[in-house]
Amino acid sequence: MTAMFAETAAQLSPSPGLWIVLISAALTDNILLTRFLGMCPFLSISKQLKSAFGMGLAVMVVTGFTCVLNYLLYIYVLLPLTPYGVPAESLKLILFIVVIAGFVQLLEMVIERISLKLYFSLGIFLPLITVNCAILGASLFMVNNVAGKGYDGWDVLVYGFGAGAGWFLAIMLMAGIRHRIAGGKVPAGLQGVGITLIITGIMAMAFTIFQGMIRT
Amino acid sequence: MIPVLPIILAATAACAVTTSLAAVLLLAERYLVKYGKCKLDVNSGDRLIEVKGGKSVLESLKGEGIFIPSACGGRGTCAYCKLKITEGGGPVAPTELALLTEQELADNVRITCQVKVRNDMSLLVPEHLLSAGEYRGVVERITDLTHDIKNLRIRLTEPERIKYRPGQYIQLEAPAYGDNPEAVYRAYSMSSMPDEDNCIELIIRLVPGGICTTWVFTMLAEGDEVRFNGPYGDFHLSETDREMVWIAGGSGMAPFWSMVRHMAAHGIARKTTYFFGAVRAADLFLLDELRKLDDQHEWFTFVPALSAPADEDKWYGETGLITDVVGRHVPDGSQAEVYLCGSPGMVDAAGRVIEAKGIPPERVFFDKFG
Repeated sequence: MTAMFAETAAQLSPSPGLWIVLISAALTDNILLTRFLGMCPFLSISKQLKSAFGMGLAVMVVTGFTCVLNYLLYIYVLLPLTPYGVPAESLKLILFIVVIAGFVQLLEMVIERISLKLYFSLGIFLPLITVNCAILGASLFMVNNVAGKGYDGWDVLVYGFGAGAGWFLAIMLMAGIRHRIAGGKVPAGLQGVGITLIITGIMAMAFTIFQGMIRT
Repeated sequence: MIPVLPIILAATAACAVTTSLAAVLLLAERYLVKYGKCKLDVNSGDRLIEVKGGKSVLESLKGEGIFIPSACGGRGTCAYCKLKITEGGGPVAPTELALLTEQELADNVRITCQVKVRNDMSLLVPEHLLSAGEYRGVVERITDLTHDIKNLRIRLTEPERIKYRPGQYIQLEAPAYGDNPEAVYRAYSMSSMPDEDNCIELIIRLVPGGICTTWVFTMLAEGDEVRFNGPYGDFHLSETDREMVWIAGGSGMAPFWSMVRHMAAHGIARKTTYFFGAVRAADLFLLDELRKLDDQHEWFTFVPALSAPADEDKWYGETGLITDVVGRHVPDGSQAEVYLCGSPGMVDAAGRVIEAKGIPPERVFFDKFG
């Protein structure tokens, strides 16, 4: 069943290659700047470079691993059930959330156990991203890409980490900009989130420059 | 026809996935988050306690009956629960860094609600906190002292008696209500006398928008059950015979009202001058009682002062800022001890006057509140 599906998908459109997958996930389809997903932690944690780094890293790791887990769940559990009338499309939304929440908890426990240093630089951000919509978004887009662009397991791995890396890049850029404007005079009504949102908009426009890199 | 098979299959798949995830998490919790029994050495062998690892130091101590003051409920924002952890504290979490000074970091001071017990630890708990406990009581009487200050009298029910020194404070629990999802704790000094050990009295001023004071002023009624923990604080009479200067404003009255009656009852005849400052006559309270004590006792002088009396106040007493009044009354305070209680602004201003008068800082005691 699974093999059959994979075969058909491969015939429809062959996998575009890992480099293309990575660049499109991180830059042209930047999950934060083109989809505006994962905005809450992006706005609140981007004040300091150091915490932005930890947060970005945590999002990248979780997005990468949960994409793979959800891919396995989709291919080996949900798709084989579709011929029997099970609505995989609706069910995936619920199950993906559960998998992400569970994985984040597990990861927090593991990190705390293996290295306290890593826990303090990365782990304390994990509870904050259990419900980060960028992570769920990446898993859902992954399903679209599997069906539409013929992503295989390796592509999904690269796609997940690429999407996370895109988010990481965006929050690091924003933290850098906010660090630079920290001493500047921002009008009272725009201070904090206001000016950050405007800058995000300008950054999103700047990122459209990457659109031409990949022919779709 | 209802599609039975797909529904059953979908439900089974969803259940299977969630159950297996839950199982993995339970196993992980069982084998990963296992710190076993950890020994806490409090005050170099003074008290040895054994707790189950995994919880915060603050919670673990609370479980053993050692109450460390905490106003934010363990969320790492108030920094009241600072303690020195001399051994086994582990690395400092980023959530602690913002709340600790360089000196405190060098001294191994930690925010105990952010430190997990993962191994054996040695820590230093101030002596007076070891005697603090958790109490329940019933509101016996609420009286108005001024338009925005109330006196709250609580009769203890569990345990029935409390031991404290005049000047110490407790933390009153305001339960969750309205928009406040969690109980909060606020510190108030006892204004009652320790001799009456089955009751405590608190003097509470309404802070506009304050969670605890709003609760006391608008919801708390006589007969209600309240909880508090304590006693805490090292703001109490020193062991010397030095002359004392007391300076208070507003509800800063509480510890002194307790101290002066304690001294009178126990024949402690240390020369004491009590300066009590307010803005208008309507903000003064307990005047008659304190003037009576002034008349009865040679050693006690009471000086109320208003900073801005209105004409209708008919005020013939001292006027001006309390710090100036003290300057006029105490020409040479070089041998005196000074006790300050009031808002941070008042305490800081008074502190500067006192410093200018040449009183060494080790003889100045203060109790600041927000």
